[in-house]
Amino acid sequence: MSYTKRNDGRKFDETRPIEAKAGIIKRADGSAYFKMGKTVAYAAVYGPREIHPKFLQNPKNGKLRCFYNMMPFSSMGDRVRPGANRRAKEIAMVTEKALLPVVDLTEFPNSVVDVFIELPQTDAGTRCAGICAASMALADAGISMNGMVAAVSIGRVDDKLVVDLDYSEESYEDGTVADIPIAVVSRTGEISLLQMDGELSRDDLKKALEMAKKSCSKIDKIQKDALKKKYEVKNE
Amino acid sequence: MGKLLVKEKTIVTPGEELAEGMDFLPAEGTFRDKDKIISSGLGLVNINGRIIKTIPVAGRYAPKKGDTVIAKVTNILMSGWILDIDSAYSAVLSVKEAKDFIRRDADLTKYYSIGDYIVTDIVMVTSQRLVDASMKGPGMRKLIGGRIINVNCHKVPRIIGKKGSMVSMIKQATDCSITVGQNGVVWINGSPENEIIVVKTIRKIEQEAHISGLTDRIKIFLEKETNKKINIEKVE
Repeated sequence: MSYTKRNDGRKFDETRPIEAKAGIIKRADGSAYFKMGKTVAYAAVYGPREIHPKFLQNPKNGKLRCFYNMMPFSSMGDRVRPGANRRAKEIAMVTEKALLPVVDLTEFPNSVVDVFIELPQTDAGTRCAGICAASMALADAGISMNGMVAAVSIGRVDDKLVVDLDYSEESYEDGTVADIPIAVVSRTGEISLLQMDGELSRDDLKKALEMAKKSCSKIDKIQKDALKKKYEVKNE
Repeated sequence: MGKLLVKEKTIVTPGEELAEGMDFLPAEGTFRDKDKIISSGLGLVNINGRIIKTIPVAGRYAPKKGDTVIAKVTNILMSGWILDIDSAYSAVLSVKEAKDFIRRDADLTKYYSIGDYIVTDIVMVTSQRLVDASMKGPGMRKLIGGRIINVNCHKVPRIIGKKGSMVSMIKQATDCSITVGQNGVVWINGSPENEIIVVKTIRKIEQEAHISGLTDRIKIFLEKETNKKINIEKVE
């Protein structure tokens, strides 16, 4: 048996429809909204600001601190118990590490930049949507960055490599599934996040990375357009 | 000969290529990667001969020596006051730097109490971003009455205008006294109706600062709001 047609009729190298907006949370220093199919991520950036507790201060560099949260009503089945769990902490950590290569906080020693990622609705690929939103929110907050980060998950459903899995593909039952979230620094093509769930052959992984780079460059364009749109000249 | 890849005064996002070739020089908000000049933040491109820089449109205030800011007293020490300057770092105003001589055993709350707003100069910023403030000099004072609003500190030059033209136009139209701190804190004092007009005007400037023809639009806006004719002297 093989996976010949995707559940929602997409092409194998096609992402779900993406929608991106910058500057939507008024009280935050920078914010963004990133929607990928049915997965919705909001990111809010606060800072640079004073860090508490003070022993976390780094006199050479500012700190980046990420938080990841799925809202109680966000998933399809049971209520997600609120508060940080082991999974949320891990995703917050990998998000932080995915963003760290691009942000430059040397101008802000002893301070912290907080990134809050909230997911009101989820359908797989949350950490990728979260990273995309966070990257936009950081740029919107005016933080010095040497590039932007775009992320997408590539997977193998049965024998096919597919871009941007949704939940129905992630839980495909008639065959094995591998899921690889990948974050790419758009300007240089460097990979800043690479995780894997399931098994994949060496050749498939190479192909997956190529597919990720292609998709990420498309996402990058959407992110940049959304940021520019905020400052568009309105014809009155 | 190098090649410019963007036009002047366009919005660029972090990681965007601005120019190609070694004959261009990167300034603030940009950096060089091999033969390309890349933007390191969200901002407006400014090209001055061979020098390319980006003027940020967002971001928190970074304290700079010589800036006049409006600060809020947040704490009182043995030897001075801690000031919130709406930045990642707080400033310290030493007793010695206060307006007049203060005896060693004096009650410091008699001079500036917690919650007071003051106009103060930044006299020193160390590499660890310890900020020293001073009240010595003309115009430094405690603010009594009026209202305080916070604006994006990168729009402050637009609010002030060339040689203070914009702020004097608002003052003339509304009979309010206005003090603009470099940190984006603005103090407005006048009749309540006029104060509201000033707040509205400043919000409008903040939103439309990057669109050309600002002064004329603000003039029309003010004339409509106050039903007064405004004559402005052209600033060369």
